[in-house]
Amino acid sequence: MVINDSSIFNGSKVNYKDKTINNCFMLQRTARGETINNCFVLQRTARGNNMSQIIVENLVKTFQVAKRKSGLWNATKGLIHREYNTVNALEGVSFKLDAGELVGYIGPNGAGKSTTVKVLSGILVPNSGRCEVLGNVPWKNRISHVKNIGVVFGQRSQLWWDLPVIDSFELLKDIYNIPEIQYKTTKDELVERLSLQQILEVPVRQLSLGQRMRCEISASLLHTPPILFLDEPTIGLDAVSKLAVREFIKELNKKHGTTVILTTHDMDDIEALCSRVMVIGKGQILLDGTINEIRNTVSKERRLIIDLEQQITEISIEEAKVVKVEGNRAYLDFNPDKITPAQLIWNISSKYKIKDLFIENPPIDEVIAKFYGEFKI
Amino acid sequence: MRAYISIVKLRFMLLIQYRVAAIAGICTQFLFGFVRVMVIAAFYASSTAIQPMSYGQTVTYIWISQAFLGMLPWNGDSEIQEMISSGNVAYELCRPLDLYNHWFCRAFAQRTAPTLLRAIPLFIVTLFFLPEKYSMQPPNSLASFGAWILVTIGALMLSCAITNLFNISMLWTISGDGIKRLLPAVVMIFSGMTVPLPLFPTWMQPILRILPFSGLVDTPMRFYLGNIKPSSIVPFLFHQFIWTFVLILYGKWLISRGLKRVEVQGG
Repeated sequence: MVINDSSIFNGSKVNYKDKTINNCFMLQRTARGETINNCFVLQRTARGNNMSQIIVENLVKTFQVAKRKSGLWNATKGLIHREYNTVNALEGVSFKLDAGELVGYIGPNGAGKSTTVKVLSGILVPNSGRCEVLGNVPWKNRISHVKNIGVVFGQRSQLWWDLPVIDSFELLKDIYNIPEIQYKTTKDELVERLSLQQILEVPVRQLSLGQRMRCEISASLLHTPPILFLDEPTIGLDAVSKLAVREFIKELNKKHGTTVILTTHDMDDIEALCSRVMVIGKGQILLDGTINEIRNTVSKERRLIIDLEQQITEISIEEAKVVKVEGNRAYLDFNPDKITPAQLIWNISSKYKIKDLFIENPPIDEVIAKFYGEFKI
Repeated sequence: MRAYISIVKLRFMLLIQYRVAAIAGICTQFLFGFVRVMVIAAFYASSTAIQPMSYGQTVTYIWISQAFLGMLPWNGDSEIQEMISSGNVAYELCRPLDLYNHWFCRAFAQRTAPTLLRAIPLFIVTLFFLPEKYSMQPPNSLASFGAWILVTIGALMLSCAITNLFNISMLWTISGDGIKRLLPAVVMIFSGMTVPLPLFPTWMQPILRILPFSGLVDTPMRFYLGNIKPSSIVPFLFHQFIWTFVLILYGKWLISRGLKRVEVQGG
């Protein structure tokens, strides 16, 4: 059966566009070993031919929100006539993703990130626009579409609260109709890579957030989907769990070629993982490029934080801009093109006694805020 | 199909887990059963008119209806409600399952698990261990018993369809408080749970017969008692089947409309 599928694919070019990748992942799902090779070959051809796994064009989604004014009179009026505000969550979002990409999707709260992910995963129906994921329109062919995707909403849970984790996994096995052998291989791999051995038998409600998130991610991957949507997977996690999750996503993308869309507010997630970043703001994609391109668009400035020996109220350094001074700590922004960090530190230490220092990139919220300012949006 | 069976199995297991709830449920059912039996006893003792059902039949009716209280569609699935108000319903939509069928399976487990847990002990006690005045009678005949089983299955399906409709309505009302209060009253009265339907005024009989609710309690009861002959089962099964079919179709249509306008807020 498996070989038939692939040979049909090789033989016919008619169905190329829609069928290729579907077939490819069917192969991946039925037998792991050698078919994965096939799969990658197919993926590469797909990319070579400029075929995208995910196509989004001009997506528009608006929500109607009932206006509620305060006060008894207005509440009474609202019973008879209700006014609605239209909120434009997406105003013409377009992008394309190729197989195997790991894309960061960032933007402030309410920018439309989650809405995009929800449209892509078939939960929301957009007002207009085109969207195709592996040849399926998510909200039209919902059932065949969701077999191809895994979704993790960081703020929600897909595991059964009262049951041990393993029971949820077993149920998902039946829901996705995963063959026994494949289920076992995938589960064992996930258990090992996310170190779930100790917690499989524990009811979900007793897990810590970090443990739960690792289980959530496993749950979304049991059916080996070619595409994974992660909506704030690291929200609320401690440093160790965050690193574990990041490491895992990276490996998944590398080893299995899983396409990953990651939304997050954690710029470190993006820096550690994503080769490509899309910035969304007020329902539109503002920028699509690498992380450095974004930083460079906004400003090349980096931030030097120094702890001095004594308390100071003021500090003045010619080559850097003082952001703020707190006790004996000072925050300075500088442009590495104009002055090297080494030179700057040298200059400061010639005037002040430095106890400790570190350099960081300006936080993402500042970058984005500046970015907005620049685009006047 | 395997997926749906697994869902039923898992829900079933989860629901019979709550042993304390089951024991409490049995006690409550007993208590209310006794109250109802006493009321009926007083009613029959004080009236000289000939009633459409004998005293013994009415007592049996009460006990069976007490045992099958959990099978009545008087409430929805609180977890689905919680999912809809919290937005976790998003995950339900990420599964390669028909949402209506998925929720129907949940409703099936919800209507069977607690009922089985309560009905069996209740039957044993009321059949064998109560003084004759208050006890339940065995089925009228073996044929009546068989017919009773069939229409009970019909009642179960009808109940699941109504429960699921209630679940789906939550996509609009979110909390469902209004329907939550209205539904039990309507179901309890029109199914014959509160007062056996034959005891209602004659002019109401045709309306009560046509409404779907009579198929839930009244029909199975009267087959058990032999009040209706087992040979005339067909129109009653047909009544249950048509209503179940119509309500399922309506539910499917409603859910597809609901999903088009779904808004999962936050996060």
